[in-house]
Amino acid sequence: MTARKLDYSIFTFLIAFGILAPFLFPNFVTQIAVMWMMILFASSWDTAGGQMGYNSLGNITFFGVGMYISAVVQVGMFYDVAEYTASFGAIKPVFTDAQYYKGLVFGLAAAGVGAALISIPIGLCVLGLRGPYFAIGTLGVAVAVAELVSAWSYVGAGAGISMPVYPGPAGEGSLVFYSLMFVLTIGCLFFLRWLYSTQFGLAINAIRDDEDKAEAMGVHTTLYKSTAWAFAAFFLGISGAIFGNMIGFIEPLEVAFPTATFGIFMVAMSLLGGKGTLWGPVIGAILFHIVKELTWSYMEGMQWIALGAIIIVNIVYFQQGLLGWASDRWPAAFGLIVDKSMTADDRDGDAREAAE
Amino acid sequence: MFDQIIGNLSVLTAAPIFAVDLLFQGLFIGAIFALAGYGLALVWGVMNVKNLAQGDLVILGGYIAFQLAAWGVHPVVALPIAFVVMFAFGWGIYVLIIRRVVERDLFTSLLATFGLSLLIQQTLNRIYGPEVQVVESGLGSREFADGLMIVPDVRILSLVLASVLAAGIIVFMRYSRMGQAIRATSQDARAARVLGIDTDRVYAFTYALNSAICGATGVLVALIWVIQPFYGIVYSIRAFIIVTAAGLGNLPGVIFTGFGLGIAEKYSDFVLGSEFAIAAVVLFLVFVLIWRQIQMYRVRQVVR
Amino acid sequence: MTENIIEVRNVSKSYGGVVANHDISLDVPSGKITGLIGPNGSGKTTLFNSVVGYHPTDGGSIKFEGQEISEKRVPDIARLGMLRTFQQTRIYSKMDCMDNMQISVSHRGRSVFDMFSSRKGEIADRAEVLLEFVGLYSKRNLISGELSFGQQKLLEFAMALMNEPKVLLLDEPTAGINPTLINGLIDRLQRANEEFGVTLFVIEHNMRVIMNLAQHIYCLAHGEMLASGQPDELQNNQLVIDAYLGAH
Repeated sequence: MTARKLDYSIFTFLIAFGILAPFLFPNFVTQIAVMWMMILFASSWDTAGGQMGYNSLGNITFFGVGMYISAVVQVGMFYDVAEYTASFGAIKPVFTDAQYYKGLVFGLAAAGVGAALISIPIGLCVLGLRGPYFAIGTLGVAVAVAELVSAWSYVGAGAGISMPVYPGPAGEGSLVFYSLMFVLTIGCLFFLRWLYSTQFGLAINAIRDDEDKAEAMGVHTTLYKSTAWAFAAFFLGISGAIFGNMIGFIEPLEVAFPTATFGIFMVAMSLLGGKGTLWGPVIGAILFHIVKELTWSYMEGMQWIALGAIIIVNIVYFQQGLLGWASDRWPAAFGLIVDKSMTADDRDGDAREAAE
Repeated sequence: MFDQIIGNLSVLTAAPIFAVDLLFQGLFIGAIFALAGYGLALVWGVMNVKNLAQGDLVILGGYIAFQLAAWGVHPVVALPIAFVVMFAFGWGIYVLIIRRVVERDLFTSLLATFGLSLLIQQTLNRIYGPEVQVVESGLGSREFADGLMIVPDVRILSLVLASVLAAGIIVFMRYSRMGQAIRATSQDARAARVLGIDTDRVYAFTYALNSAICGATGVLVALIWVIQPFYGIVYSIRAFIIVTAAGLGNLPGVIFTGFGLGIAEKYSDFVLGSEFAIAAVVLFLVFVLIWRQIQMYRVRQVVR
Repeated sequence: MTENIIEVRNVSKSYGGVVANHDISLDVPSGKITGLIGPNGSGKTTLFNSVVGYHPTDGGSIKFEGQEISEKRVPDIARLGMLRTFQQTRIYSKMDCMDNMQISVSHRGRSVFDMFSSRKGEIADRAEVLLEFVGLYSKRNLISGELSFGQQKLLEFAMALMNEPKVLLLDEPTAGINPTLINGLIDRLQRANEEFGVTLFVIEHNMRVIMNLAQHIYCLAHGEMLASGQPDELQNNQLVIDAYLGAH
């Protein structure tokens, strides 16, 4: 089982890197934490987008929803949220250490579960749509939720919420959030690897290949689709909660529901690495993040223009992604058995073409 | 918040002239939406490209008018200029990007045009900054119902221009060689190719025509409303609402839905308050999509 | 058992002004092989689609095991135990044959947690047995899209059996298949019927095949039920002969 060995060596490498990184690059802890988040973004997007063929442009919704849920829980467990947000930061509540950690734990849990729960009614509305309608519908949901949150004064409307401050030295705080993000991402990857190895993985692949056929075979497509989406929402919700705490201040349009940045990054990274594979999105995310961090600050306002150009070039000229390209080139290394001799000169092959 | 909504509703019932005023405002902007929607229906129907950059092409047209106004060109003259410039721009976009995604799966065209959308808005932001801009027409306004209802002349002018443009496109599609070729290609591209129609050219022309329509629409937007580099997405969503609700190749449906959307938006704007304006538009989209699903469910089908 | 597993009563369906099915009634007896023949455009596939839920009917009743299904949708009907194969074969072309088989397990009476069951064990064993049954065992690890058309048809048939249906509706199982393979296919259809107890309802153009296979045959023409009976009765029925030769 070489595929299995390869998986475990990649896991070992990632975990080793994750543990060593804060010591090797102490000045870049936050950037590397964001890199883990990007990996999580790309991998969780790929569950619906790559494995199931449901290309969402609105997964960022769950990131923001998780972030807001954790904020409300973390503040609301000890103070009145409406009063807190109405004061625009004038009230600076002091959380004891115990209160802070309790809030954080419950906040993260509520963020994951809450985002997953919210994904179900949203899923019922949009998962019945196919192809472009689904993509546009999810984009619509993301924009609508962002706009509604910006108009909802209970959570601070457009002005946002300040998160409780980590009760310790700043460097220690970023290490804590780094560790949380790292553990979450690795956990997510292990979970997805297991998920894709079960009947569930087959079912969502079948939905991608031919959903009508899957329906005709009696697969509960709606159940599978909403479950797959809820898993993605769960991990995105927690990552949003961690990111909100890491940043310290959340607001709807730029931090919580950035459709045009994180929202589209997920898709671009997944496609760059190769969608529909476990490691493609990971590779895409790492490459994308490194290139972005290295070049972003030198571009002097041109970075967003460059981003648009990258997406176009990625889509138009390099659609199958790095892993897709590699598996076309070396199919045997990916466990694909293509028996050309059996098919190429088979007389039935002509009949197939004639029938099409 | 609910008190506010009820208050606004009671204003409408107490002073019906406001309701009439909103209706007219809705019709004026509805005409603009219908144009953008028609353009999308065209590229969607003919080349099966879901153009997410639709709204950004509109805004780009608006900025052309803005730039020309800064150079002292009157917006009415700017309209044909924007039409021609955007036609050329659309052709260029087709050759560089769209040609390579036409035959690919649907998500590809969606994402490629999303990238294009980012590119256009960020470039405009870079050049003109994120401020909201208007183009002054220098025209007066008319009063109705003892000054309770004021209709600026520029709105009437824009409605006239939109109608002229729409009529021109309809005549073109029906009687010109290229219009016939476009209609033939939309029905069956392979058959059209076999019969000697250069579908690549038809596609290029279709996308360029859509871009030109959007450009002209943008000039009207800049005249009667405001433009801003990031407003494009809302026009894209509006165009998608119109096409989804009306269906492809249904011109009267597109015009009717365009007006309907304009009016619905004006009323929801007034009743809910302007902070919900964008949310309302997007929720219209979600509702239209759900409604289509229910419709299809009844005939044992899905929305695809 | 001689009861009818499918009962179609007075079903009509038209597309725009074109009447595809008009007032069709037929029975598919449980445990038997029933045939459906008719010239091109006589409404056979339309009837299939009505039965399995691809489109609404204009009127009439369709019962499966006594239960009304004319309002139900495809996946619900499939879970009751009625499956169909397609004229243009449909398989999951980017997955290998074993995956294609394993995903086709029956979804009747399975709990939510079965979604996450492992791919190994019982399901895999059964998939291998059925692949052996249709003669594709040696190709089990190939990507199914790479198979020839005939092999894809066999795979689709095996996938349908994997689902353990009560009734299988086959739309032209021999169309596009190499003539030398047809006898093998007939043999397998019969064995599926006898050994697995699957009721078959078959659309077929190849008269030799359907006459050998079916115990009872219905003939459609111009959307109407033209005749029905035992194969040898139908073979000598003047109406059927005329319909195939184009006379009215």
